[in-house]
Amino acid sequence: MKIRFLPIAALLGFIFLYGPILSLIIYSFNESKLVTVWGGFSTKWYGELFRNEQIMGAALLSLKIAAISATVATVLGTMMSMVLVRFGKVRARGLLSGMITAPLVMPEVITGLSLLLLFVAMETMFGWPAGRGLTTILIAHITFCMAFVTVVVQSRLVDMDNSIEEAALDLGASPLRVFFDITLPMIAPALIAGWLLAFTLSLDDLVVASFVSGPGASTLPMVIFSKVKLGVSPDINALASLIILVVSVGIVAAALILQRKPKT
Amino acid sequence: MITPSIAADAKPWRARTETPFVRVTNLTKKFGEVAAVDDISLDIYKGELFCLLGGSGCGKSTLLRMLAGFETPTSGQILIDGQDMANVAANQRPTNMMFQSYALFPHMTVEKNVIYGLLREGVPKVEAQDRVADMLRLVKLDGFAKRKPHQLSGGQQQRVALARSLIKQPKLLLLDEPLGALDKKLREETQFELIKIQEDLGVTFIVVTHDQEEAMTLSTRIGVMDAGKIEQVGEPREIYETPNSKYVADFIGSVNVFDAKVEIAAPDMMRVNADIGPILTEPMSGLTANQTVHVAVRPERIHLSRDKVEADNSMAGVVQEVAYLGNISVYHVVLENGHQIKVSAANSLHDDNPITWDENVFVSWSAAANRVLTR
Repeated sequence: MKIRFLPIAALLGFIFLYGPILSLIIYSFNESKLVTVWGGFSTKWYGELFRNEQIMGAALLSLKIAAISATVATVLGTMMSMVLVRFGKVRARGLLSGMITAPLVMPEVITGLSLLLLFVAMETMFGWPAGRGLTTILIAHITFCMAFVTVVVQSRLVDMDNSIEEAALDLGASPLRVFFDITLPMIAPALIAGWLLAFTLSLDDLVVASFVSGPGASTLPMVIFSKVKLGVSPDINALASLIILVVSVGIVAAALILQRKPKT
Repeated sequence: MITPSIAADAKPWRARTETPFVRVTNLTKKFGEVAAVDDISLDIYKGELFCLLGGSGCGKSTLLRMLAGFETPTSGQILIDGQDMANVAANQRPTNMMFQSYALFPHMTVEKNVIYGLLREGVPKVEAQDRVADMLRLVKLDGFAKRKPHQLSGGQQQRVALARSLIKQPKLLLLDEPLGALDKKLREETQFELIKIQEDLGVTFIVVTHDQEEAMTLSTRIGVMDAGKIEQVGEPREIYETPNSKYVADFIGSVNVFDAKVEIAAPDMMRVNADIGPILTEPMSGLTANQTVHVAVRPERIHLSRDKVEADNSMAGVVQEVAYLGNISVYHVVLENGHQIKVSAANSLHDDNPITWDENVFVSWSAAANRVLTR
């Protein structure tokens, strides 16, 4: 008999990838206080979670940081990709392109550490940013999110027919008008996708935030991580399930928006 | 007498008394070390439909883009209606362009696409809408105003692009391969529509094309380009009948070109020694004996017959190939010395015994059919 190897391999792969996540979600509905013992179905840990002020505060902080850094990163990343794609005579375009994408593969520990050193040095030199907290986390997140946005927007800009912008210019529009009337609507899907990507990346970052954060500014991943060190509690399962939900909605939305073919 | 209102009838380039509408002087554009446009000078008159014809990479599109203001010349001058364009940005020029890809705004309706230029000019919205409606009627697109470009066929998109580029009533319309994306049948129909619109509106058109048939159909004059230079400028008939170089003769239509050396260059007769044998041509001044030349003769100027005919040039050969094209047939005849010559003849309905493969034939043509080219 012929063994159907490929479907089995695929099945094993998916179990390997999604088994842990699935068990996490299932156990978030566990009645029992013991994480490893099934005590029946319940949503009480979700209720517990929403009454936990520390977690709710951290969640709000994380959402705030994610929204602001995604927005700023989208603006900066779009500007960066315009420079890389549009301007005719950018010398060393390859080098610039490589440099903007390098943060994508840079180990987070290094990104975090280098930013921390920078912030400390800046504080001693100009007194800003004073101490570490929300501001430093924001700057750090904008830095690495911008790289992702640039890559996403860049690929859209490369696909765009230059002559469409030239046509608008030819019809009497100023370069600024061309950008807002033509370029922006046409790359809008990439901007939204880039924003969602940046939002989820920021929401889920632990390493960089741990380096550049200070007292009183603990993001959600930081709070979870510190709680888990004391032992896994069921409400963390509930929280993790919610984060998975938010992140996967973001990623799927970004993918769907990017997939939509530009109509020409 | 009624004065002809369009350049196609007035032919202002013949008299050279009128001031050219577009004057290009010693224009050069270099990309790095390569000159895409190399020291071109060109005069185009008001109301002309001028075609820039050439193969890909000959610099015709670059020239057009410099007129539109998308490329800055390395050196040289462009005057449009007497005004120097050097410091005029693309969005301030009295020109509009129709792009090869049409470059329609994909997120706007047909109406929004066409009205865009008028609104940028500050035309009040109500007036602009009226003008758009008129323009859409002109290009036979009334009823499509609310469609998005991707809901239209290629031919319809082409007409939206044309309407959009004409709406501001530019003094000069630049068209980059305007019919390139259409299929052959639609292209032929559209060519005549384009000419009609051009004559109705009296706008000066400069069309870039690589299709010599299209250039012949459309233009008042053609500029044949090669390697950044203009090889020849002339009316379609001039370019076809009296090409000034081997390149132009070869590029426009089908032609036999023979390498030859001048044998006798007298005022009353001229003979050259071509690779196919001695050829009698019309006398031409400025040639000396032993000078290397090319002799070009069009296939339809050569007569094909079974019997020897009295002619200035006559040679015997064997038919090797016959291609039946409907209105004409093209024959490849191998001469006794092994050289091949192309002959074409109109097919007649009553010819029961047409010349066919492997027949012994004579090819003959007059001295006047030859065109002696020095380059």
